[in-house]
Amino acid sequence: MINFNKFYKLFNLISLSLVIISILLLFFKGLNFGVDFKGGTLIELRANDKKINVTTLRYAFGNMTLGDFNVKKFGNESDFLIKIEKKDTSANAIEIIKKELTSSIGGSFNFRRVENVGPKVSAELLKSGVIAIALSLAAMLFYIWIRFEWQFSLGAILALFHDVIITLGLFSLFNLEINLSIVAAVLTIVGYSMNDTVVIYDRVRENLRKFSDIKIFELTNISINETLSRTIITSVTTLLALVSIYLFGGEILKGFSLAMIMGVVFGTYSSIYIANPILVKLRVSQKTILKEDTQ
Amino acid sequence: MLYFSKLRIILVSLVTLFFIFIAASNFQDSEDSLISKKINLGLDLQGGSYLLLEIDNGPVEIQKLQNTITVIRNFLKDKKINFSDLRIENKKIIFKVPKNSVELVETFLLDKESEINPYYNQYKSHQFDAVIQGDKFILTFSKYGLIEIKTSSQDQALEIVRRRVDEVGTNEPNILKRGNNRILVELPGLDDPMRIKSLLGKTANLTFRFVTQNSNDTFGTEMLQFEDGSNEAMVSKRIILNGENLLDAQPQMNNQTNETVVSFTLDRVGAKRFGKATSNGIGKQLAIVLDGKIVSAPVIRDTIASGNGQISGNFTFQSATDLALLLRSGALPAPLNIIEERTVGPDLGQDSINAGVIALIIGFLLVIIFMFFKYKIFGLIANVTLLVNLFFLVGILTLFEATLTLPGIAGIILTVGMAVDANVLIFERIKEECKKEKNNIIAFDAGYVKSKTAIIDANITTLIAAIILFLMGSGPVKGFSVTLAVGIFTTLFSVYFIARMLTSLYVVRNKDKEKLI
Repeated sequence: MINFNKFYKLFNLISLSLVIISILLLFFKGLNFGVDFKGGTLIELRANDKKINVTTLRYAFGNMTLGDFNVKKFGNESDFLIKIEKKDTSANAIEIIKKELTSSIGGSFNFRRVENVGPKVSAELLKSGVIAIALSLAAMLFYIWIRFEWQFSLGAILALFHDVIITLGLFSLFNLEINLSIVAAVLTIVGYSMNDTVVIYDRVRENLRKFSDIKIFELTNISINETLSRTIITSVTTLLALVSIYLFGGEILKGFSLAMIMGVVFGTYSSIYIANPILVKLRVSQKTILKEDTQ
Repeated sequence: MLYFSKLRIILVSLVTLFFIFIAASNFQDSEDSLISKKINLGLDLQGGSYLLLEIDNGPVEIQKLQNTITVIRNFLKDKKINFSDLRIENKKIIFKVPKNSVELVETFLLDKESEINPYYNQYKSHQFDAVIQGDKFILTFSKYGLIEIKTSSQDQALEIVRRRVDEVGTNEPNILKRGNNRILVELPGLDDPMRIKSLLGKTANLTFRFVTQNSNDTFGTEMLQFEDGSNEAMVSKRIILNGENLLDAQPQMNNQTNETVVSFTLDRVGAKRFGKATSNGIGKQLAIVLDGKIVSAPVIRDTIASGNGQISGNFTFQSATDLALLLRSGALPAPLNIIEERTVGPDLGQDSINAGVIALIIGFLLVIIFMFFKYKIFGLIANVTLLVNLFFLVGILTLFEATLTLPGIAGIILTVGMAVDANVLIFERIKEECKKEKNNIIAFDAGYVKSKTAIIDANITTLIAAIILFLMGSGPVKGFSVTLAVGIFTTLFSVYFIARMLTSLYVVRNKDKEKLI
């Protein structure tokens, strides 16, 4: 049996500082919002001419007076991603860019993907993304509250916050782009992390009923150990699937799968080191559970 | 938990075969397969264009206010009320009447049968909210007044957008209302939406009006630019004809001038009016005005009574074709703005499918290899279950003709990773039970029973996340939530029917073996 609770203090301290650093990053550095949330134009361009590279593209776009823009390689040598911040949603903006690009670098390229999001839509998408995440957290809180006791609900939700905030903090730190699929990833992380926490909590509750003489401090440790092999196996299979998406699923899914990978790692960790210490702190005992049973 | 009757085994097998059959039908030509249902590919996978259009209702509101002002003016004149200062300001109608007429005007404004309340009996609401300050009336659109404007212009715009898109002849376009002032247009297979965008960007409001030198024209005049921007002309506000009088319009080559023109045919009323105007106006210039710009202003040489005419104006064949198309499909009630556009080329779509399938195969292989090494024979059972689960998932998506997107494929791969969780929970529990209980059958049974609550709670939490994602998400992300949610149900079914059945068949046969799992 691994003595997890020996490290409660240490890991709580680490988690706390990670959360604080993440919040500071979110406040002061902010997130790198993609066109979905900031508005603007995104063009994925494939060059059929070896001479075309980031520098030539940067030069060509620089001559178009488009305002702030960003050119980077996207996957392989001949694919590029251009993001233009100008909120020009006039119907033929793309066509004009295409024409000017043809005259400056020749016609050997094609636009594989174009996304043009107006400021109104991006603001709405951002709002609905934030609402979706908030709503899912609230729904989880409520569900655990019904299924367990409020102490469990609080523990699970703090673990969720921990996972979501640190994942977003990492996105801020590495300047990774936040787009619609990242919101989907965050929601899935919420589901996964909860899933993991619930399995351990379920065992804690069962053990609370069984043993009246073991303190919660010891009991959480027993429960974590009993469910440990399941926790590891499920994390491994989920990570195997995610790593496979990350490596082979194409450029578009990279951000999504990366966010999910981080989320699964933190979700697994937080089920052990956030969700359970909170039960200890809240002095959950057999009484907490029995009260529920007699009702 | 371990007992399965023969009948049940047969039923489960039949269901499984059915879904394998359905899932497989996706890979056949639809003509010779029994089931014509197929998973739809999202625009991000098959390539295509997604356009979100917003209707700019400002001009419609102004038009409505102007009409209402005429109604009010007529009423006041009719009742010989000495009104003053009747005007539109900030989308409000403002006017003053003498003190003794205030009551009369108020009754008129509230009258359910009056022209100013066209739909009171339908919605139990007035079109306008009136504020009376002494002798001053201020009218603003009521809540229903605004909703009525929005929904009716949305209905009309939807119809016109549909006609224009159909005329271009794209594959199975999807045109839907969004909210009460937006229209969503999905055009599968279209990798350059330029032409559609320019067609949808035009209101196509066509009028025929005389060019005049006299700025004191009774109907008022306005200066309008020619479409090529070269010149201006003063045009009367009197409308001889408008686009509604058009029966047909076609691009044509004019044999004499070798020019591309748009020829049109007018309906009976239009032909009559056109004949009258051309006979009275010989020698005058008739301006053909499209969306506030003069396309051309030919001099009338002869009476045109046939109801046929031509519009010339430096057209290329393409631009003449487009103009004819716009005129045939009619004018939009209000301008449309494209507020969101997403276009994916077909080759990128195919690349995404390939990458998704490769990731799925590799992810699946990694998971089954891992499970086999971990649980041996039971790993094999879990793997068979996982494969059947995939068939279920694809089969259900096929039955509902769901739309599969790239994030949707990611959802399927993620399901592969997470689906084994339920089996793992059960197997681990059985291992624990085996340590306490010598009888294999009792231990297995206990394992299934005791792991149930954890499995259900764990899956419901994921389901909650998926449902919220479905409600709040848009486009491709919605596809992800669908596969995730369906995946949860198929997982539970396959674990509790397929895996349990296989486990029970194995355990009952080997019940005396030690260290079964």
